Amino acid sequence: MAEKKEILLSIQNLSFSFDTQRGVVNAVRDISLDIRKGETLTLVGESGCGKSVTAHAINQLNPMPPGKVDHGKIMFRGTDLLTLKRHEIEKLRGTQISMIFQEPMTALNPVFTVGTQIADVFMTHQHMTKQEAMERTIDLFKLVKIPAPERRVNSYPHQLSGGMRQRAMIAMALASPEPGLMIADEPTTALDVTIQAQILDLLNDLKHKIEMSILLITHDMGVVAEMADRVVVMYAGRKVEEADVFSIFETPRHPYTLGLLNSLPSNTKYKNARRLEAITGTVPDMRTIGAGCPFENRCAYASQKCGQEFPAETVLSESHSVWCHNYHMVKEG
Amino acid sequence: MPVGASTIIEVRDLKKYFTIKTEGVSEEKSLLKAVDGVSLDVYEGEILGVVGESGCGKSTLGKTIMRLHDKTDGQVLYRGKDLFAKDPSAMKDMTLKMQMIFQDPYSSLNPRKKVSKIIGQPLDIHKIGTPEERLERVAQLMEEVGLNPKFRTRYPHQFSGGQRQRIGIARALALNPEFIVCDEAVSALDVSVQAQILNLLLDLQEKYGFTYLFIAHDLAVVEFIATRILVMYLGRIVEIADKHELVGNHVHPYTQALFEAFPATSPKGREMKKRIVMGDVPSPINPPQGCHFHPRCPYAVDKCRRAYPPLKEVSPGHSAACWVVQKDI
Repeated sequence: MAEKKEILLSIQNLSFSFDTQRGVVNAVRDISLDIRKGETLTLVGESGCGKSVTAHAINQLNPMPPGKVDHGKIMFRGTDLLTLKRHEIEKLRGTQISMIFQEPMTALNPVFTVGTQIADVFMTHQHMTKQEAMERTIDLFKLVKIPAPERRVNSYPHQLSGGMRQRAMIAMALASPEPGLMIADEPTTALDVTIQAQILDLLNDLKHKIEMSILLITHDMGVVAEMADRVVVMYAGRKVEEADVFSIFETPRHPYTLGLLNSLPSNTKYKNARRLEAITGTVPDMRTIGAGCPFENRCAYASQKCGQEFPAETVLSESHSVWCHNYHMVKEG
Repeated sequence: MPVGASTIIEVRDLKKYFTIKTEGVSEEKSLLKAVDGVSLDVYEGEILGVVGESGCGKSTLGKTIMRLHDKTDGQVLYRGKDLFAKDPSAMKDMTLKMQMIFQDPYSSLNPRKKVSKIIGQPLDIHKIGTPEERLERVAQLMEEVGLNPKFRTRYPHQFSGGQRQRIGIARALALNPEFIVCDEAVSALDVSVQAQILNLLLDLQEKYGFTYLFIAHDLAVVEFIATRILVMYLGRIVEIADKHELVGNHVHPYTQALFEAFPATSPKGREMKKRIVMGDVPSPINPPQGCHFHPRCPYAVDKCRRAYPPLKEVSPGHSAACWVVQKDI
């Protein structure tokens, strides 16, 4: 493994809840993670595991109320982002922390051309003239490989294909003097597989070209395999395993991570099989979750202790930790 | 073709065109050729997977075979009988044996009906059994798909996505069908739930000898479940073969691109992976002249720009529509 780089963003013991009409949902419980300069960290898990809430807490995109930070800090370049006022975080969003979403059509304004919307970022945050801003926008379109950029800046979002819209969103995310962190929330989930492959290639290229860090949120282990340096696996609001991408795929130690990998029909172990090794049962109700491990009711390795207390971190190696009482029973494959 | 298997569905040069208004103020209409001359046989007991990207016509194909859409041209035969025959009572008899499972377990279940009503509705419509017998059948169907029959008085919103998909499957089983179209039946589900539903579909198929037309955009899912696979692109079949042949020896450049684009199953060797440079899928409204794939195809020659290649056998049971592969250039 390469030498450890400087930490860019550090989430420390974050707990986040939503006070809904039907009870309090503890969406994120005691999550800590570090993102280092120039690395891609992926947050992976299924619907409702808290991966998006964790990422959206960074630039305060969770609706508050009903959302509420119960505990924790998010340190970025020396400041705790959770203490920032609205206008302060807005400034940061345009300059140092950018975001791309699953559906670029809903993230772009339909009544302005894509060029205008990106040029706006330069004009607002870097006080450029309109002409300078447009020139920089065309440069960015070249960087994200949009063909005929001079013409495309004058297109409205609906005139672009899904893949092109996502490229335009990425260009907007790069419209900053010092792109530090890009949060990519399921950036290819709405795209066809041949387009997905191109967007993932582009993100990897950009990461190397401009040394930015990417926090990638995905439910797709295939995307994890293509993109991640490090992986955090979440289940029902908890971090259950964290490791470099190779350890996650080769020696998973949490029963849920193993179950997730075994659920993939593309897993090479199913070359001639006619059944998948599925995880039984369903995700627990987040309103009534107790103090124990939330995976306990679906886990083949569960013991009495698992229902009572959430396990402490077990450090398996410098780059691999697991939160499981019975991790030693989990064998890979 | 599997030895001794009979043909259950025959599709002959099926076309389904939609008329749509084009952008702008003019009243001009254009044709979207969603399915444009598809012929195929579905053999009894097989799982025929249909893959392709959005807009390739795979769902329209499934729905037109089920007669949820009217055809524009061509034929669909169920055991030799024309599905688009005019007589509605004959139609009703045939639909008994053909069912469909939909993608979205939220919009495909009536939110105002109890589960017992939803699953029992096919029995009501076809007036099968007494009310007591129907209730008993519903309980049995729920058990069959892994739902607790005591939940039969609940409404769809009280179930998770995976459980709702089980309800949709139970409804499809109610009339003892022979042929089931699964239209993106697991696409909306989380991967751990998707695995459960795939296993259930396979269990049922083994137990009852169903024939599935399994439509999905996810190559990995189709590769796992199907026994034969066909690949569609902009309304037409570009390649079709037995699963192992298609996975191991696909020849059409589009099939190759699909396999290459599919995300790796492990991070090992990802730096070595071939890059995809092939642009966007063209609009199905005005598809490119000649072979629809030629603007994205690295092997395209002059002929590809002029004429659409026929689907021709390249080895027994394996056909592809490509001039270059057919060495006819």
